[in-house]
Amino acid sequence: MRVSILIAIMAVVTMLLRFLPFIVFRKTVPPFISYLGQVLPSAIIGMLVIFCLKDVAWTSAPFGAPELIAAACVVGLQIWRRNSLISILGGTVIYMLLIQLVF
Amino acid sequence: MELSKQQIVKKAFITSLPVMAGYIILGIGFGILLRDAGYGVIWALSMSVFIFAGSMQYVGVSLIAGGASILTTILTTLMVNARHLFYSISMVEKYKDAGKFKPYMIFALTDETYSLLCDGKTPDEEHANFYRFWVSLFNQTYWVLGSVLGSLLGAILPFSTAGIEFSMTALFIASFTEQWLSTKDHIPALTGLISTAICLVIFGTDRFLIPAMLIITLILSLLRNRKSRKEAKE
Repeated sequence: MRVSILIAIMAVVTMLLRFLPFIVFRKTVPPFISYLGQVLPSAIIGMLVIFCLKDVAWTSAPFGAPELIAAACVVGLQIWRRNSLISILGGTVIYMLLIQLVF
Repeated sequence: MELSKQQIVKKAFITSLPVMAGYIILGIGFGILLRDAGYGVIWALSMSVFIFAGSMQYVGVSLIAGGASILTTILTTLMVNARHLFYSISMVEKYKDAGKFKPYMIFALTDETYSLLCDGKTPDEEHANFYRFWVSLFNQTYWVLGSVLGSLLGAILPFSTAGIEFSMTALFIASFTEQWLSTKDHIPALTGLISTAICLVIFGTDRFLIPAMLIITLILSLLRNRKSRKEAKE
């Protein structure tokens, strides 16, 4: 029951965000909103990176080494190939190997 | 050139192909994660049908598994998906005459669908929105298919899926890197990263997200005022 409610909330809020501009803005978009449209996406992605790493135990062995190594691979692959799918797959496989076989 | 409806659907399918592999694989990752959190195929299906927002669904798994409150869920969805406001803003004009297809097209405007349609190119001006509708629908089909596959396969895969949750982290790190490479102004990205890290240290793992969102919005708003004052002086 609680899970259904949370899913419904996520669905409704997401729809609200997608539909609102079509209801509110017909022709012109206020400059402050279009400014937020430019800067917010990259800031939120930065926030989500930290969010994903929140449970890493930095102060006890292996001191977040699997996460750091796999994250570096993702960054490296992305710079090299500019293909998100390759970076995500590569980083995830390396992380799975690291935690299952090495650490 | 006048195209038949069947030809337009075919064109839409070809346009959607680059998204197919990504959505199926990310969908599988999502399905497995949700299963590991204790929620099977019905939940994966309903989230992919009704929410249809990739990164939000990954975050949603943590919210559901972590027992998030209603308020946290609302605010997190608002922040994670705020960018959709801006996708919609830039499609207001293009979707204007979509008629009966419009509600679904707006609902299905994900990052990937947006990236395929934002340049406004269509094979046939006459049926532009019919084409955009089908691109959107193909994309959601891949996503739903992947999620269901992941949820079902997760239980029978012959190898351990321990560590598969890193696919979400990898998704965001890849997006972060890509945005870093494709923009000159790195201040918004750094604001997001650093404010959140500081909030995590101050507020702890259970309470840092909301203060982080507020501080990010505040800092970026202040930076804009400073920037526009500077521009006014020049």
